[in-house]
Amino acid sequence: MKLSRRLILLFIFSTAPLLADDYNGMSAEAKGLAIATKADATTNGFADSSAKMKMILTNRHGQTSSRDLRVRSMEVANDGDKSMTIFDSPADVKGTALLTYSHKVKNDDQWLYLPALKRVKRMSSSNKSGPFMGSEFAFEDLGSQEVEKYQWKFIKEEQIDGVDTYVLERTPVDKKSGYTRQVVWSHKAELYPLKIDFYDRKKSLLKTLTLSDYKLYNDKFWRTHDMMMVNHQTGKKTQLLWADIKFGNGLSDKDFTKNTLKRLR
Amino acid sequence: MRFISLLVLIFVIALPVQAEWRGHVSIESRQFLETGDQGQDKSQNSLKVEPEYFYQGEESLFTLQFMARTDAMDDNRTHADIRELSWLTYGDDWEFKVGISKVFWGVAETQHLVDIINQTDSLENIDAEDKLGQPMLALTLMRDWGNIDFYLLPYFRERQFAGVEGRFRAPYLIDTDYTTYASGDEEKHLDSAVRWSHTLGDWDVGLSHFSGTSRAPIFQPMVLGSNVILAPHYTTIDQTGLDIQATLENWLWKLEWVSNSGFHHRRYTAAVFGFEYSFYDLAESGIDLGLIVEYKYDDRGTDLAGTPVLDNVVIGSRLAFNDEQSSEVLIGLGINEASNQFWNIEASRRIGDEWKVTLEARILSQIDESMPTASPFYAIRNDSFIMLELARYF
Repeated sequence: MKLSRRLILLFIFSTAPLLADDYNGMSAEAKGLAIATKADATTNGFADSSAKMKMILTNRHGQTSSRDLRVRSMEVANDGDKSMTIFDSPADVKGTALLTYSHKVKNDDQWLYLPALKRVKRMSSSNKSGPFMGSEFAFEDLGSQEVEKYQWKFIKEEQIDGVDTYVLERTPVDKKSGYTRQVVWSHKAELYPLKIDFYDRKKSLLKTLTLSDYKLYNDKFWRTHDMMMVNHQTGKKTQLLWADIKFGNGLSDKDFTKNTLKRLR
Repeated sequence: MRFISLLVLIFVIALPVQAEWRGHVSIESRQFLETGDQGQDKSQNSLKVEPEYFYQGEESLFTLQFMARTDAMDDNRTHADIRELSWLTYGDDWEFKVGISKVFWGVAETQHLVDIINQTDSLENIDAEDKLGQPMLALTLMRDWGNIDFYLLPYFRERQFAGVEGRFRAPYLIDTDYTTYASGDEEKHLDSAVRWSHTLGDWDVGLSHFSGTSRAPIFQPMVLGSNVILAPHYTTIDQTGLDIQATLENWLWKLEWVSNSGFHHRRYTAAVFGFEYSFYDLAESGIDLGLIVEYKYDDRGTDLAGTPVLDNVVIGSRLAFNDEQSSEVLIGLGINEASNQFWNIEASRRIGDEWKVTLEARILSQIDESMPTASPFYAIRNDSFIMLELARYF
């Protein structure tokens, strides 16, 4: 199974330039999957990356609070990424770190380091729909976005703010997802997401994520520096501001172990 | 001293990549529900500082963590400790640490049977979560078949106990001036330990062995003039431990098991096992509810002093609100074979970005006043308290 999926990916990847925009005769589902697979391929090959993230939470009264995190991740062949998240603020969680081995289909493996107890705790990764650090981002919004985690469907092409986009609908495969569906507006030429609408279990519009301030790294990787999540039902917002994005830090498996988790500061 | 100057030297010559101070200051007020058995006050107030400095070099880490508390009621609880004064260096598949440090082993929530490297700081709290810094040399080798840790522990840290005015004390005062050891080397006995740990899919497994001075003392009554005191005595033990956690979707299944050579060759076995089941994002509220059940087994029956060592079951619930203030509540009820009840409530909430308020209640009930030898909690049956702590993090 793995091999055949690799071959399909390889085929799509290698022939993508020839097939550019040639989705004629495909069903909406096949076209959706083809675009998503191609979009995913554009994110492949980054090897490793590191970045700083500032999370700004705004409640319905307009009061804000913020969190600072550092994130390191590396690609794993034929599987999800490995990542390390280090919490720098608020001060009471400073030094807490989270190690994740994400997987394409099965549940991710996660360990949390609690500096006060100097204890590494294996965590359940079954929490998909719950909020991450009190923000408007659910765990599943921040986890690695594998193509296999959704069923895809092409809806239409549309211009938003003068940019040509593909509008795709994706349905989470995981029964624990908090969403019935998501609608993704992807940049037509570069395939990165510009906007995502999230529909809750009652099928009503819950949140909208707007991704902006994209920059190109290594002539290859488009990365957003500003992700704004607005919850339409509560009026709360969370903004993620990315900075110091670096590729090719030479990270490897040894940087993503339970021992590294304990010694990161 | 030579050891400390070596650390300072390493600290000076290592190239800093990142260095920082962090930590917290807190005020704590404990209100006891009853006056102490020896007439101690109902109100215990104290102040604590716990700064940490670290210095990250190329493939090395220097850490200093210090704690000091000043307590208005109990002179013994006015104490200080070096939690960490260590230098860690590492390569791709190994780590080496020298200095004072803390090591945690185990998986259970209500008991820490396997965890044995550090002495418990019993002055800070009665939950055995606080530990004294332990001088050590530690080598870790990371292999495909798991991690293996070797420890040499050259100096033993004695457990400290409440003073005359303090709460949580036996009718007779424990006097550490009269501490004795089974080993002629006393606190300089070289203890050692080894641990293998590995992750196999959903399973995290650890197997350990410790050989050295028991972290838990036994008490010997002594007559000093007209006073009777309790003198701690530390035997030399061997303890083999096993800890396993299976992480299966919303379930965490946990087991800790130890076999201890015991005091005066009375080998005993103890185990704690149970689960934590989590309901995530309860009714789309964002709140997580965890249910914890743990059973502790001990085959001793009574310890050498005749105090019962009883099996107990703890039923608990953890509520994480996942709100902006990271509000959390943990409620647990422990019931032992003598039907004694031990309620534990811990709740905390951040205020702004730098402050945190914690409420803690530990309530003992159903202890028969007329049966002093029937309950392990008899001496502290009137020490139920509610604690409020306000901490400022920096």
